[in-house]
Amino acid sequence: MNAVLVDVGFWLCAVVSVVAGALVFYVDSMARATYALAVSFVAVGAALLLMGQAYMGVIVILMMVMEMAVMAVYMVMFMGMNPALMPMSMVHSHRSSIAAGVGTFLLLGAGAVLVPWPTRRGAPTADVTAALGEAIMESHMIVMIAMGPVMVVTIVAGVVLSSHRTRYDRLGDDLDRRPADEPQSGGVGR
Amino acid sequence: MTLETVLLVAAALIAVGVYGALSQQVVVMVMMGLELMINGVILAGGGLWWFLAPDPSGQVLLLVVIAAMTVEMAMGFAVATLLHRQAGHDMTDMAAELHG
Repeated sequence: MNAVLVDVGFWLCAVVSVVAGALVFYVDSMARATYALAVSFVAVGAALLLMGQAYMGVIVILMMVMEMAVMAVYMVMFMGMNPALMPMSMVHSHRSSIAAGVGTFLLLGAGAVLVPWPTRRGAPTADVTAALGEAIMESHMIVMIAMGPVMVVTIVAGVVLSSHRTRYDRLGDDLDRRPADEPQSGGVGR
Repeated sequence: MTLETVLLVAAALIAVGVYGALSQQVVVMVMMGLELMINGVILAGGGLWWFLAPDPSGQVLLLVVIAAMTVEMAMGFAVATLLHRQAGHDMTDMAAELHG
């Protein structure tokens, strides 16, 4: 691809991602904040596409758009306000947070500029996506093997944490409480 | 587009995320700050891969980062749901049971 076009595209993505990221904490409503974060992620995904990482870029864009949609639904469910309309400014430790943010940028930025980065070693293969697929199914398969159980544990833990009443609420920690503790008693003579 | 500029943009994203995670009171907004930091990490990882060592191992590492972000979001939503259900809290300042 034309180098100038890549540069222009990258700077466009860079500005959009950082400005949208800052807007997350500036806009008046959580719904807008969610979409600003989604825009920021899409811009980073596009920047990855510009750096020859088709699979990662697409996965970031698709995952984040879905995740932000879930987040918007979640906020409407739980946040106890109309998230699209309520103005809000709910911050604490504002000045020290700004100082921490600026300090982080200066520290990381100094590292980015001052470190004598080595030159590129090797060149990307013709089909990066196929190479990644081969890596995770051959030489780096242990990563996928580890990630599978982590995902399962996440699903189980998420369900356990967020369930309203489980059998442990009904039957006690050892599942031996009889009769079960029900919010509405049942059976004859209730 | 050079490695330095990519890393600077990533640093800016991480810095904004740090500000958000520290300053916001609503649990979900704190999670958005964490997300923004991981966003910066993904960009930095992608930049390092492209400009330093474009072989598949770096892509596998990025996959792990994205998986970590998924786990963080799922657990964060679950804990926020639990907080809301148990005590009606949706702000970090209200959930102060462990505050020493």
